[in-house]
Amino acid sequence: MVYPYIPHTDEDRKHMLKAIGVDSLDQLFDGLGEDLLLADSVPISHGRTEDEVQRMIDSIAQRNVRGIPFLGCGCYDHIIPATVKALSSLPSFVTAYTPYQAEMSQGLLQAIYEFQSMVCEITGLDVANASLYDGANAASEAASLMIGAKRKATTVLVSETLHPFTLQVLKTWAKGTEHTIKLIAEKDGVVDLSGLASLLDDLCAGLIVQSPNRYGLLEDYTDVASLLHEKGCLFAISNDPLSLAIQKSPAEWGADIGIGDTQSLGLSLAFGGPSCGYMAVKEALLRRIPGRIVGATVDGQGRRGYTLTLQAREQHIKRERATSNVCSNQALAALMTTIHLSSLGWGGMVEAANQSYAKAHYLAYHLAQLPGITLIWDKPFWCEFPLVFSDAKRMRKFLQELRNEGIFAGVRLSALTRQVRDELVLLVAVTEKRSREELEMYLAAARRVMK
Amino acid sequence: MSKIVERLRYSKDHEWVRLEGEKAYVGITDHAQHELGEIVFVELPPLGERYGKGEEISTVESVKAASAILNPVEGVVCEANEELDGSPELINEDCYQHHLYVLHSFSKEDYDALLDAKGYEAYLASL
Repeated sequence: MVYPYIPHTDEDRKHMLKAIGVDSLDQLFDGLGEDLLLADSVPISHGRTEDEVQRMIDSIAQRNVRGIPFLGCGCYDHIIPATVKALSSLPSFVTAYTPYQAEMSQGLLQAIYEFQSMVCEITGLDVANASLYDGANAASEAASLMIGAKRKATTVLVSETLHPFTLQVLKTWAKGTEHTIKLIAEKDGVVDLSGLASLLDDLCAGLIVQSPNRYGLLEDYTDVASLLHEKGCLFAISNDPLSLAIQKSPAEWGADIGIGDTQSLGLSLAFGGPSCGYMAVKEALLRRIPGRIVGATVDGQGRRGYTLTLQAREQHIKRERATSNVCSNQALAALMTTIHLSSLGWGGMVEAANQSYAKAHYLAYHLAQLPGITLIWDKPFWCEFPLVFSDAKRMRKFLQELRNEGIFAGVRLSALTRQVRDELVLLVAVTEKRSREELEMYLAAARRVMK
Repeated sequence: MSKIVERLRYSKDHEWVRLEGEKAYVGITDHAQHELGEIVFVELPPLGERYGKGEEISTVESVKAASAILNPVEGVVCEANEELDGSPELINEDCYQHHLYVLHSFSKEDYDALLDAKGYEAYLASL
């Protein structure tokens, strides 16, 4: 039997089996226990035609409920210029990861090079890699980097205000590597670093924080970097990269590592992914940055060219001593971010960030006037803010009523954290994409419910 | 044929050690630099730290691989060869003239247990 994607014929197989001296394919699995072998054939249904599959998927898609999203929590509905989809779907660009024989794909390497340059510009740091799998992955890679950079270090300090999913990934990382994650508690919605000095010892590799944090609040890191550096510890800040158009960059806070997720820069909601992580570091950490970097060079005839470089920490080169599990990058998503940023320019980024800020503050101000809703902490925020309801019943009613109006009012924090203390917290995100009419619709519906 | 220098001591991990008074200079052998190929980066160890025998102390990256340097003699790092920071290829040019780092308060026992030139030559021949 010949299948279109399996080039070997029965004759080929017999030939190969004979060459290695076994009678059948099954004989190769003799070393496995009986309990590991499937007794029957694999229980999957027979194949379907392309048309049948298309109809099936369409009917599932029709069950989607459309609405105006005020949802965020790590995934935001920003305006994406049409150039992003048009250019990123060019056949020569469509590859999920760094291509094999990368130097044959000069165009894609140049795009990655531009991506790195833009990440450096946004974070203010010296060197960026070709991208990571997502923001949470970038955080675990930052933790690995810190541990590797300090002899004897076993512990990474992590703010409790990181995105809940990022915390989960860091905990998994710690379990797998037998390192320790020490959580730093929050106070009034932001990380409480007042006891930081007492935590910095020989075993402490560094600190990871996030701003805007899991509540959308902006955090203040005055004097944090110098305190950490005095004790030989590194400082990593995770940001929504779009927010860096209007808030202090990792470099301005004195951080060594800038990480985050580029979803807000040209990646659609797409049910939460795939996304793209970034990492930028100070030059001193150049040799410790995970993944690969695309470098610019000149060829034998003096023409500019691009090449993969500095993959030395990856598993396929350093084997069991590798400090990173990343052996590729998120090429297509990084390309979308690159095209998005090229279309917007710095001015466009500032505009998008400012509009998101203004619209979020407009909505927050008016919602806070309603009985039964409070903006609990008087802290600066950007495009997302936490509302706290007086009781669960009103919160449910609020969400239901607004949904009936075609509005997704926000994300219940407890849905992500499963914590009782988060049950009455609703995170509301407002981007530049929300129109004045949509904001007024939200407010009108909210006023009806919360009178 | 790898170059071996008479007065030095050698480890089976292909590091050489040279005594100068109370200090022990450590580098990699001709065999090691040849195996690594073109060296593009040397990570130097932090000063003032005590490293045990066989402990990973530095990394040498070549165009082919990144290899760990295992400290051949217990001691405290008192000097790192900063010259290698900008010019790692010096090791390829003359690996016995360009050490990686210098130890003081080192273990005489560890030093005595290293191979001499003849022993290292025999060891290389056995590989």
